[in-house]
Amino acid sequence: MDEIVLKTEHLTMQFGGVVAVDDLNIEIPKGHITALIGPNGAGKTTAFNVITGGYVPTNGRVIFQGEIIGENHPRAKMKKIYGGKDRSLFTRQVVNTPDKITRLGMARTFQNIRLFKDLTVFENVLIAKHCRINAGLLRATFRLNRAEERSMRDKSRELLRTVGLEEHLDEKASSLPYGKQRRLEIARALATEPSLLLLDEPAAGMNPKETEELASFIQSIKESFSLTVFLIEHHMNLVMDISDKIYVLDYGETIAVGTAKEVQNNPAVIQAYLGVEEA
Amino acid sequence: MSITTFLQHCLTGISLGGAYGLIAIGYTLVYGILRLINFAHGDIFMMAGYFMIFALASFPWPIAIVITLVITTVMGVVIERLAYKPLRSSPRMSIMISAIGVSYLLQNLATYLFTAIPRGYPEIPLLKRIFRIGELSASLVTLMTPVLTIILVALLILLVNKTKTGMAMRAASKDFETAKLMGININRVITVTFAIGSLLAGIGSILYFTDRMSVTPFSGTLPGLKCFVAAVFGGIGNIPGAVIGGFFIGIVETLLVALGYSTFSDAFTFLLLIVMLLVKPTGLFGEKTVEKV
Amino acid sequence: MHTRRNTILTIISAALLVGLLYWLHFNRTGNGMLISILQKSAILALVAVSMNLLNGFTGLFSLGQAGFMSIGAYVTAILLIPVSSLEGVYYMSGVHPSIRVFKVFLGSLPPWFQSLYPFFALILGASIAAIIAAIVGVAVLRLKSDYLAIATLGLSEIIRAIFSSPQLDGVTNGSYGLNKIPGFPKMFGGLVPSLVTPFVISAICIMLIVMLIRSSYGRAFLAIREDEIAAEAMGISLFKHKSVSFIISSFFSALAGGLLAMYMRSIEAKTFSIALTYDILLIVVIGGIGSVTGSVLASFLVTASKEWWLRFFDQPLDLFGWQVPLFKTGFRMVIFSILLMVVVLIYRRGLMGTNEFSWDRILGRFKRRKNAKGGA
Repeated sequence: MDEIVLKTEHLTMQFGGVVAVDDLNIEIPKGHITALIGPNGAGKTTAFNVITGGYVPTNGRVIFQGEIIGENHPRAKMKKIYGGKDRSLFTRQVVNTPDKITRLGMARTFQNIRLFKDLTVFENVLIAKHCRINAGLLRATFRLNRAEERSMRDKSRELLRTVGLEEHLDEKASSLPYGKQRRLEIARALATEPSLLLLDEPAAGMNPKETEELASFIQSIKESFSLTVFLIEHHMNLVMDISDKIYVLDYGETIAVGTAKEVQNNPAVIQAYLGVEEA
Repeated sequence: MSITTFLQHCLTGISLGGAYGLIAIGYTLVYGILRLINFAHGDIFMMAGYFMIFALASFPWPIAIVITLVITTVMGVVIERLAYKPLRSSPRMSIMISAIGVSYLLQNLATYLFTAIPRGYPEIPLLKRIFRIGELSASLVTLMTPVLTIILVALLILLVNKTKTGMAMRAASKDFETAKLMGININRVITVTFAIGSLLAGIGSILYFTDRMSVTPFSGTLPGLKCFVAAVFGGIGNIPGAVIGGFFIGIVETLLVALGYSTFSDAFTFLLLIVMLLVKPTGLFGEKTVEKV
Repeated sequence: MHTRRNTILTIISAALLVGLLYWLHFNRTGNGMLISILQKSAILALVAVSMNLLNGFTGLFSLGQAGFMSIGAYVTAILLIPVSSLEGVYYMSGVHPSIRVFKVFLGSLPPWFQSLYPFFALILGASIAAIIAAIVGVAVLRLKSDYLAIATLGLSEIIRAIFSSPQLDGVTNGSYGLNKIPGFPKMFGGLVPSLVTPFVISAICIMLIVMLIRSSYGRAFLAIREDEIAAEAMGISLFKHKSVSFIISSFFSALAGGLLAMYMRSIEAKTFSIALTYDILLIVVIGGIGSVTGSVLASFLVTASKEWWLRFFDQPLDLFGWQVPLFKTGFRMVIFSILLMVVVLIYRRGLMGTNEFSWDRILGRFKRRKNAKGGA
């Protein structure tokens, strides 16, 4: 039985009258690649945002590496308009800001690339190392942490070499071609030394060849960095190729769970995608 | 304080509030569309005061009023074209710095042209006629201001809700980029917005300075900031809200001064701002927006 | 690459500058204007760099500098005004007894304390400002950029209202302001004459800020400026880092305010109006938002120009008997304002953009020119 790295229990996110994520129950096993798919607007990125602390859930619980990192139940105005289920299961409120969750070992990339555009490639990755710094403000200012600073720089350079971007070290992040920008974002997330990596549509805008390269790239970094990967994707080939387990969302609800083969032949899934069938 | 005195102060406060309301509308309109705090708006109000002084020196008052309003409106539009339009696609900080720069320029220009010595604001005899209502007395301008404010605001709301231009303005304030894509002539909308804002500021200026003795190049700074607070209080982007905010601040300020806390009357407004921003940043009638990650 | 050469060049230039300052000290008469301008520039440079730390490097558009400067100025002034002058200064309502008692106590402390007293005053003023910044920051820093600007502006005005309120007459002398503030102290028992002191203090503080910017925390500030949401996702606590930036910026702004009090010898709340913040903003914009070198250079340029131009543009000009129109009081400020607009609209990156000083760049430029002339 694999260790479960991330688990959600009845996770529900409601904005005003719209239930964006409804009763999400996922379990992400360690060392595997799990995917979250579904038509546009199904609530996938919202789920990511709740899990990483960007939003406070309306109801439910998020458990990361055995620790409850988020929990809530409908309160105040939401009590009246809550449209989900099981509201009485959760009694506490646990809120963590995204930076805290990242430091616990969960890193993410963004659907619309959010690099530090005016900074260099190297700086983008180096900054991500800041969350692991031991030196306090004064020690860092007076460079009493020379060894630590050098180690951060060396590790960043090493990381960029691993993803194949070492020749662009001093270029501005915004000057990189699209595909390399996506790789830089992944390198940056890796710099925070995560155990769980969340990728939000990493293959968006890529052609089939690039997507194939990305697939092997994800598998290789999973091995070399001992990661668990959780990804949102639309490119079915990528998903079916590398995922060990797939969750399918539609209008916020989970309509299927299983291996690639199981999900492919699920009639509900086929219907949700309105005729997107694997030939 | 006796009831009469209290009511007298309330009357003054409502009148002041009306002028504030008219100016606040300029802020709320511009912020609604451009997400810009037009720091120069208060100084446009100040320049209108000077224009009136010079206009009244050479023309009979009805013509002077028209001239002042026209020049003020044109000035507002020109400022937008020269200082804000080139920066529309720049980061927000740049356009705000530009607004501060325009404010700085107008103040220094006024100091250079008219000196920093307060210039007496001429009286329009008709407006200064005193009327008595029971035990209260007030000049015509004091009585007229709130009424005029409400009429103008009603007209403006009609414009925004019932005309094509108004619809374009509303669309632009909801989603700037999409409005452009839908074929709305954004430049025209923005020009109209600034024109309306400056016109109302000009009217507010006449009403405000008639009851004061003088104008200095710095007469616009504090009222300008206060009117921005009024706009925030009512909900930025919301026209009736801005006017209500103006009335609220006008009344409280007048009462504070009457009670002897004049140094704090300005501080009160800023305290109100900070409290608003912390407790209900969308103001009394504003709408909430969620930022998409 | 050329680190050895660069270090030598830097040491030489620093020595030259220090030499110039000492020369001025020994030739004070006749150079009063120049000394005065240089001292004011040094003080404003510190404020400009503090403002740049907050606005340019962390991306927090704050307009509250004048407020924090006034805190530093008032605390320093109240502490430094000699006990014997208190009657004269607080002539209207008399000074609050607790202040007199405190100052008498401080006056009774041993001589080593007395020689450090002015610096103690400066740091105390700055610390109080930092504490206020910490408290206010909790509330204000989560506001969006434009709201932050106006909230900090409002804060600055509130501070000013408090300092000039009649209720605090016994402490701040209300709207009458404080005078009889002693000038700059000597440092290291006379090794550094009082004339040079503001430069030394300002340089040390600016160096501290630069060291902060170059550290990992400084990089975190940049991340927040570039993209808050991404920065947070990379494990950077927004609240903690924004607070640090805000508190340190306020600390040094207040310290500069204290220096300003020593420079001007008398202060009033009006000195620290919004106009002062705008003046600093002007310096930061002209120098380049995001460049420390730019802020320092611009501070000297702007301050010197304003003083020089005061004598040129603000007086009627006679050219061969013809009075040139436009030249009267206030003209230089109009020109400044136009210059500022030109920088904002056209030369948007200011003098230095986001670049810092580098010998490589300057010498590289000379080399290219030489090659162009000597070559082909």
